Amino acid sequence: MTEPMLSVKDLHAYYGKSHVLRGVNLEIMPGEVIALLGRNGVGRSTTAKAIMGEVAPKGEITFRGEPIAGLESHKIARMGLGYVPEERDIFPTMTVRQNLLMGVKDTRNPGRHTIDDMLDMFPNLRARADNQAGVLSGGEKQMLTMCRTLMGDPELIIIDEPTEGLAPKIVQQIGDMIVEIAKTGVAILLVEQKLSIALRIAHRVYVMGHGEIVYGGTPADFATRDDVRAEWLEV
Amino acid sequence: METLVFGLLNGVSYGLLLFMLSSGLTLIFSMMGVLNFAHASFYMLGAYFAFTISGSSSFWIALFLAPVLVGLIGAAVERYGLRRVHPNGHVAELLFTFGLAYLIEEVVKIVYGKTSVDYRVPDLLNFAAFEVYGASFPAYRLFVIVIAIAMLIGLWYLLKKTRAGLIIQAALSHPHMVGHLGHNVPLIFMTVFGIGCALAGLAGVMAGNIFVTDPAMAIQMGPIVFVVVVVGGIGSLEGAFVASLVIGLLQNLAVGINASFADIFGFIGLSELSEVGRINISSLAPVLPFLLLVLILIFRPQGLMGEKEL
Ligand SMILES: Nc1ncnc2c1ncn2[C@@H]1O[C@H](COP(=O)(O)OP(=O)(O)OP(=O)(O)O)[C@@H](O)[C@H]1O
Ligand SMILES: [Mg+2]
Repeated sequence: MTEPMLSVKDLHAYYGKSHVLRGVNLEIMPGEVIALLGRNGVGRSTTAKAIMGEVAPKGEITFRGEPIAGLESHKIARMGLGYVPEERDIFPTMTVRQNLLMGVKDTRNPGRHTIDDMLDMFPNLRARADNQAGVLSGGEKQMLTMCRTLMGDPELIIIDEPTEGLAPKIVQQIGDMIVEIAKTGVAILLVEQKLSIALRIAHRVYVMGHGEIVYGGTPADFATRDDVRAEWLEV
Repeated sequence: METLVFGLLNGVSYGLLLFMLSSGLTLIFSMMGVLNFAHASFYMLGAYFAFTISGSSSFWIALFLAPVLVGLIGAAVERYGLRRVHPNGHVAELLFTFGLAYLIEEVVKIVYGKTSVDYRVPDLLNFAAFEVYGASFPAYRLFVIVIAIAMLIGLWYLLKKTRAGLIIQAALSHPHMVGHLGHNVPLIFMTVFGIGCALAGLAGVMAGNIFVTDPAMAIQMGPIVFVVVVVGGIGSLEGAFVASLVIGLLQNLAVGINASFADIFGFIGLSELSEVGRINISSLAPVLPFLLLVLILIFRPQGLMGEKEL
């Protein structure tokens, strides 16, 4: 059996006194696409933030065999862990091209992807390459943040709710894009709410409830588990 | 006529010095989210360091070395002071910079004494650049204008035309995201603070021998630099530039107006001998920046070019 690329064991996190993560356990293999499902407020984003060093983690997190819990975020990023946060933090006053350039960690040693590769892959962005990123639509901003993270050549990307607030047609496009990214061999931890997209692209599914993982399995198995869906997902 | 020409030239050189101070302060504000009360103290350190260095070697070495030293001290203050205070919130940061300003002043008094030191314009530049109607304009002031413009172009090039500059700007507005992209944000912040302090130090090197180098110079300059930053629009370099020149010109042109209220309002019967009638326009010069501050806060709280209100 190969080693997991990312392994999280008994992860706890707090906001002040409120205990938000209560022992999260999960694993991601190289090249795997994992969907992390759960109702609003169960702590999915906090899991992503704790892994990325944005909230203080308690517990064990290893990435490619190295402990990363509590490292500064730039160090985690430089180990090959990319993060697309919920907020789609584009740099609004910079052009699309400049935003992509910001994703390169070291210009003397750029990654596999060039700015032109990104623009070829996503023609919507090419048409707007020299526009200010602030004027892009929600879907385009989401594409841009994902491409910007890809420019840093990560081995694993954590993507937090990429389809939130987008029209169904755009949701479809974002799904296709994630499939494209996965084809390049990058592992993906996708935090999602929409079952349809998660089941379409994920190799494995985790369900989170009240600060811990309550289910893990393949999409095929998950499809048979009405009990899990009823208890942890449906509202 | 010559008062107008000199008022303009002095206004421009003073305005550019103000910009050297306010550009650093406004960058540091974008980073910390609070005004750095100690900023003018780094200006004072620049002047004192230049006095010491030019005494033992030459002004030209001081011109490079003093800002570098001040920048290093600034970087150390950020790394070992502010960075630790930051998690405790804005009030703690503000108080920290307040304490730092007094600390630097007291240290300067212990080392250099309470009165002014004899920091002079270098001999090489101590001549009249040109004469207008018999009055001469000092070459050193022209030199200040040239250095300030060079610094302006350098700063603009760094921030707008290089990738490092784009990363700095992104880190100021979106620090978390820039960190997740693999850029060392704490290092960027330390560098920004260091550069801001070095610019203040450079202003001190060049202004200390035009005005006076004494322990009060920080406290005198500080409020005016705040005015510039607030009037320009907090966080806006373009705004700081415009406000620096406006305030520099306003003050220097007003100084040149040798008319009293009685001269102007004499037609309504204001006498030369009354308290109000005796007021000379030139004596109003120090009031103008603060008048502008108050008016801006009432009528345009986001400043001339700022985006967010205070
Ligand atoms: N900065 C914060 N300070 C205090 N509490 C927070 C903070 N951020 C999140 N929380 C709380 O922690 C819990 C988990 O939040 P989290 O953002 O991880 O949820 P989520 O599963 O991503 O859900 P969603 O994104 O749909 O809101 C929630 O109860 C939320 O209210
Ligand atoms: Mg969330």
